[in-house]
Amino acid sequence: MDDTVSVVVGGEAGQGISRSGMLLGKALMRCGFHCYGAIDYPSLIRGGHNFYQLRASARPVYSQTPHVDLLVALNRESVLLHLDELNRGGGVIHDERDRLDEGLGKERDLTFHTVPMTEIVKELGGPDIMRNTVGLGAAAALIGLDVGVLKEVVAETFEGREKIIRMNNEAVQRGYAHVVGRGLDFRCCLEPGERPDRLWLTGNEAVALGAVAAGCKFFSAYPMTPASPVLHYLAGHDKANDMAVIQTESEIAAAMMAVGASYAGARSMTATSGGGFCLMTESMSLAAMTEAPLVVMLGQRPGPSTGLATYSAQGDLLFAVYGAHGEFQRVVVAPGDPEECFHLTVEAFNLAERFQIPVIVVGDKNVLEGNQTIPSLDLSRVMVDRGKLVESWSGPDEYKRFLDTDDGVSPRAFPGTGGLLVRGNSNEHDERGYSTSQAEPVDRMVDKRFRKAEHIREVVEKLEPIRVYGDKRPEVILVGWGSTKGPALEALRLLRDEGVRARFVQVVFVEPFPDGLDKYLKGDCILFENNRSAQLGTLIKLNTGYSFKHVGLRYDGRPFNPGEIRDRVKEVLR
Amino acid sequence: MSLTMKDLETGATNTWCPGCGNFAILMTVKQALIQLGLRPEEVVAVSGIGCHGKITDYLKVNTLHVIHGRVLPAATAIRVANHDLTVLGFAGDGDAFNIGMGHFPHAARRNVDMAYIVHDNLIYGLTTGQTSPTSRQGFVTKTSPRGSPEPGVNPLTQALTGSATFVARAFAGEPKHMTEVLKQAIRHKGFALVDVLQPCVSFNRVNTYEFYKQRVYKLEDEGHDAGDFNAAYQRAEEWGDRIPLGVFYVEDRPTFEESFPALAKGPLVKQHLKSDVSGLLREFS
Repeated sequence: MDDTVSVVVGGEAGQGISRSGMLLGKALMRCGFHCYGAIDYPSLIRGGHNFYQLRASARPVYSQTPHVDLLVALNRESVLLHLDELNRGGGVIHDERDRLDEGLGKERDLTFHTVPMTEIVKELGGPDIMRNTVGLGAAAALIGLDVGVLKEVVAETFEGREKIIRMNNEAVQRGYAHVVGRGLDFRCCLEPGERPDRLWLTGNEAVALGAVAAGCKFFSAYPMTPASPVLHYLAGHDKANDMAVIQTESEIAAAMMAVGASYAGARSMTATSGGGFCLMTESMSLAAMTEAPLVVMLGQRPGPSTGLATYSAQGDLLFAVYGAHGEFQRVVVAPGDPEECFHLTVEAFNLAERFQIPVIVVGDKNVLEGNQTIPSLDLSRVMVDRGKLVESWSGPDEYKRFLDTDDGVSPRAFPGTGGLLVRGNSNEHDERGYSTSQAEPVDRMVDKRFRKAEHIREVVEKLEPIRVYGDKRPEVILVGWGSTKGPALEALRLLRDEGVRARFVQVVFVEPFPDGLDKYLKGDCILFENNRSAQLGTLIKLNTGYSFKHVGLRYDGRPFNPGEIRDRVKEVLR
Repeated sequence: MSLTMKDLETGATNTWCPGCGNFAILMTVKQALIQLGLRPEEVVAVSGIGCHGKITDYLKVNTLHVIHGRVLPAATAIRVANHDLTVLGFAGDGDAFNIGMGHFPHAARRNVDMAYIVHDNLIYGLTTGQTSPTSRQGFVTKTSPRGSPEPGVNPLTQALTGSATFVARAFAGEPKHMTEVLKQAIRHKGFALVDVLQPCVSFNRVNTYEFYKQRVYKLEDEGHDAGDFNAAYQRAEEWGDRIPLGVFYVEDRPTFEESFPALAKGPLVKQHLKSDVSGLLREFS
């Protein structure tokens, strides 16, 4: 028996699908539930099928499933597309105007709740898009969500626009009233509790908040799905956060601006997806050569090329680790949920500045655009470490930007500092930053930059680069990274219910590759990745010598379902 | 204590060809900085790839030598991060108008407060003589043996249509005049393009010092009104028996930097790193 409620809101692009799902999730969170929500949409603005799947439970939930208890269909097509996913005894809320065939879903005991959404919206004098709010009201009635809380959340969303708030609240009420008290015994009623100290946010929002918390002062980016929401959020909050946010003419400009701002002394960042990351690699190489700290968020989606622009993949891991010309130190970190997105973004800035290197935060559409309830962020964990800085200079020797030091990190000064000049140079250079092609200083500088490696590793090892979940004496090990964490954690639960002792090993830092992974790779191990070539497997083989006999790979742009992970595990154990 | 030319020398061995127009640019930039009373530590020079790019080895100010074509985004960000700094961008014609062309109109329309000095020799020098975007149609090089079929890019009309607020041309053979133009460009509040005709003595046998000396004239000698966009555009199209030098166009418009509320409190780099996001979390609770 599943202990969650799964609601799908479906319709055309432009019908407010995403917002509906997010509102519903937030309202459910306030009533004490844990939620996970994901939007599935093709790359277009109007038309085409969009749906938001929301799961809520009294226990934490980490991913979507292919099962639906309640479908809120804003058009006829949504009913037909999702009918097969509905659980026995499930319900469908649809608009009276969408006529459905008699006897639909009868064999599975589905209940159809026909709500005059269009009529209600017309009576209220609202726009057609408001039908989604009517649908939410009806859904609230069926799943036992406090309609007052839903109204409160709707009102907050439209803050300051009184007329819209009034209309929407009335729409919620009408939808609710149409369904409630009809003696319908919906089996998925949730038991509400106290408002918890939780947050409902996406990975993108968590990355943006992490940047603000880390004192990022400069953000430059070019819009690209699924990374654009970071740009949207930061642009919308630039004044409050004392941050300069620039939408650039290209990803090249975005990365180059981040490098320029970093040279000048501002904590800076850019964010993009794979195609944009391609354009950024030369600038990343410049950041490495000039030892300008740089934080890049890479939000993966399926490629090659434009691929599936609005879907998810983990196909750029090796690109993140090896992309860009020349040899240099970098850090690549892959958060698996919004909480990790926040804290690891903060750490990304610290690593970038302490070691004066590029740091790449790798996410994907699933983790970045998916909503999840998380415990309120522990802000006491946020520390800002800018590394070795020179704030003034009185000589007698000349300041050397690239001073050869024991740990390879040269004290960093910013232009404008009295008594010194800062020379950044794309050419190989001497300690002062002057171009050189002499063999000795070249060797020396390359060695200096590489000397950072062991110190980077030391710091990364303290950041829990490998995280382990589940059974302490497992009979099977699941291995993965990034957004596969959610479905894997759900799968552990499913496996436990079936008496299988399983453990999930999450590789959080992939560069430098953490020590000690091999000690977890004993017995049956299965690698799960959203790509075709098992790229983490390649890195594991390279770094530990371990080769996976069993893999579970999904590369159709969709996230893993917990059930398919469980099935794959059982197949291996058979 | 005022600076001398020597204070702005780095001591790095200069590897430009003897007679290269870049020497005049280096010298006049130094003179302009001295005459404007700027201190080296408050100036940042950003350079790209090509012969011009070596200028950051020879000019004793803060410097950032970047990758090919990317002077403008780097310079833009430096200004936004610290608007107390005087930012000079140096680019070659290939750097600015081939690979870096995608940034040019954007820096211009944003009106980033910087001077963009283009070492325009109408050829690729460091890669030993290929066609440049400013090479004239019919120009013969290793890559255009039958003569380039492409009409050259006109940096000045590009700047004007790109909404640059200061558009000027100087000639390496007229250093005194160039110093005056550079001073105005550096002082100008906004994006200032100075296209410098700079003969490449090794690879360009056509656009030589002599070629220009026979053709150049000064706009200020002919009563040109730099506030008149149409007049500026007409002059900018002039290239033949007569080639105009001087300030073509000047406009007063708010700078890019002024558009950021965060900069009202002073340079970003001098602000405290805000790290308390507790207020922002309310939206998500």
